[in-house]
Amino acid sequence: MSTAGSGSRFAGVDFYDFDSLLREEERAVRDTVRAWVDEHLMPIIGDCYIEGRFPRQLIPGMAELGFFGANLPEEYGCAGLNNVAYGLIMQELERGDSGIRSFASVQGALVMYPIHAFGSEAQKTYWLPRLAEGTEIGCFGLTEPDYGSNPSGMITTARETADGWLLNGVKMWITNGSQATVSIIWAKTGAVDDPSSIRGFIVPTSTKGFTGRDQKGKLSLRASDTSELHLQDVLVPKDAMLPAAGGIKSPLMCLTQARYGISWGAIGAAMACYDEAINYAGQRVMFDRPIAQTQIQQVRLADMLTEITKAQFLTLQLGRLKDAGTMTPQQVSLAKRNNVNMATECARESRRLLGANGILAEYHSMRHMANLESVYTYEGTHDMHSLILGQAVTGLSAF
Amino acid sequence: MKIAVLIKRVPDTELRFSIGGDGKSLDQAGLKYDMSDFDGYAAEVALRLKEAAGAGEVVVIGLGPDGVPEILRKALSMGADRAVHLTAAEVPVDGMSVATALAADLVGQGYDLILFGRQATDTGHGTVGAMTAARLGLPCVTAISQLNISGGTGTARRELEGATETVSFPLPAVLTIDEGIARARIPSLKGIMAAKKKPIETRPAQLGPVRLTVKSLELPPERSGGRIVGEGPDAVPELVRLLREEAKAL
Repeated sequence: MSTAGSGSRFAGVDFYDFDSLLREEERAVRDTVRAWVDEHLMPIIGDCYIEGRFPRQLIPGMAELGFFGANLPEEYGCAGLNNVAYGLIMQELERGDSGIRSFASVQGALVMYPIHAFGSEAQKTYWLPRLAEGTEIGCFGLTEPDYGSNPSGMITTARETADGWLLNGVKMWITNGSQATVSIIWAKTGAVDDPSSIRGFIVPTSTKGFTGRDQKGKLSLRASDTSELHLQDVLVPKDAMLPAAGGIKSPLMCLTQARYGISWGAIGAAMACYDEAINYAGQRVMFDRPIAQTQIQQVRLADMLTEITKAQFLTLQLGRLKDAGTMTPQQVSLAKRNNVNMATECARESRRLLGANGILAEYHSMRHMANLESVYTYEGTHDMHSLILGQAVTGLSAF
Repeated sequence: MKIAVLIKRVPDTELRFSIGGDGKSLDQAGLKYDMSDFDGYAAEVALRLKEAAGAGEVVVIGLGPDGVPEILRKALSMGADRAVHLTAAEVPVDGMSVATALAADLVGQGYDLILFGRQATDTGHGTVGAMTAARLGLPCVTAISQLNISGGTGTARRELEGATETVSFPLPAVLTIDEGIARARIPSLKGIMAAKKKPIETRPAQLGPVRLTVKSLELPPERSGGRIVGEGPDAVPELVRLLREEAKAL
């Protein structure tokens, strides 16, 4: 039996008829995002990465197709998708680039989600449609220079005054920070040793005393803005507080949403690398035969295919649990930890298979490889997720 | 304006595919299906006409097996109003058989325009549109690259080899759409959700007799390696001779 077809358009990876487990609209959503990435992102992403520039011109198109907060309800201008379809959006965006997926993750899971989950009706009605339309860009201020894996220790404060809340502090590693028009800032309303006093605030970035500066010198996520936020006597009205948020649990709930999306996203990055590896291996001739015909490269490809396939089923079930309302944060930890590590390995192996060409931006694996080092580290480092799982199975906390 | 767009479900041949064991059809294993590209352009043309007019109805019609509704729903998610699935176990390769069924369903429905893709991206015969027009007794313009509708008249442009032809025609009419006229829009996520609620009518296709059958399907032979006939201007006579006598390209 002979095989033809160029495979020039991205076709995903489906060795186990995974598609048959997806509903029709879930496949349709995935295909929409896949087509958008092929058409609008792939032609420019290499240059954006080299130039260290987020492709802002893509925001209106992403918004028009409904990529932001797509799993939130239609009454707030969102698409009202289930969580599997939402996950597939993240998979496809990260097939393009982790930075672009990060942008959508932050907008949806870290800005729109907390407003939807903890906001007043007035806050939801005002902010959610604007964020869905991309006319407002959000960022999420939780991490601080000295409080990464331990966000409960934060020292940013919010003090109630006659005029409203007065915020002071510094946030770091904030995706979208310098281009955001609005931020969700987490701060302590009580003593700095009292994590139960943590509250969330909707803070427009144009508020006096608020500055966002790009962090320079990044070797990863170069097509994404990563910023430092400085809040110096930033005064916001009393109704800027998210009324239903309280304690460290609230921002952690947001992170669970974002980590869920990352679990899917990592599969997309891994698929991109596998796809590139298999195409390259079939074309690159060395010692008078395609390198795909060598055992060492076949082992690489078999390993990638196996790990991607396992991750697909793991993550689909996670999505079904999320849709059923029974997903636990520990299950998200397992998927985030496994999938990002898996994707990082795929990216590295693909880059190696590509030989010298693999270091060029014209190919995608090294960009994914460098990006995934950030993804490995953010939203709960790989190590922290190990400890969360350790705690879950032993009942003993090691952190 | 009421517009019908005929949509064919075709194997996605841009992806990898192979010939089945019978030697005359594609191996179904791992095959994915999609809307024929030219039909996507036709759907886009219909939607733009409706949007420009601010009113009207776009009905998408597909003929074939169980997978057809999924493809029709793609057109609904682009913005078409409703769909009709004419059920058939398979799509006959005989365009006249298909045209007979389509004409039987289109007749008397009050369509101002009936749009087809120029040809299907799988079989590529390009016959069904014109044959349907003949069955309906309607004017037909094939492979159009530009369209204007004003009142009860249309003007369409056709790209010919080295020339452009402009044709005018009265409505109702059947048009087949070439590439370059409009790219099919990517369905929005809201469009996908809205399409779930749009109606798809189902009725059996009244196919005509099938007189054509596929005898065999083969992939093109593997290209053999190139040959260097010489270097510099000295090689030109030999190259010309080979092109003329061996490749018969001149």
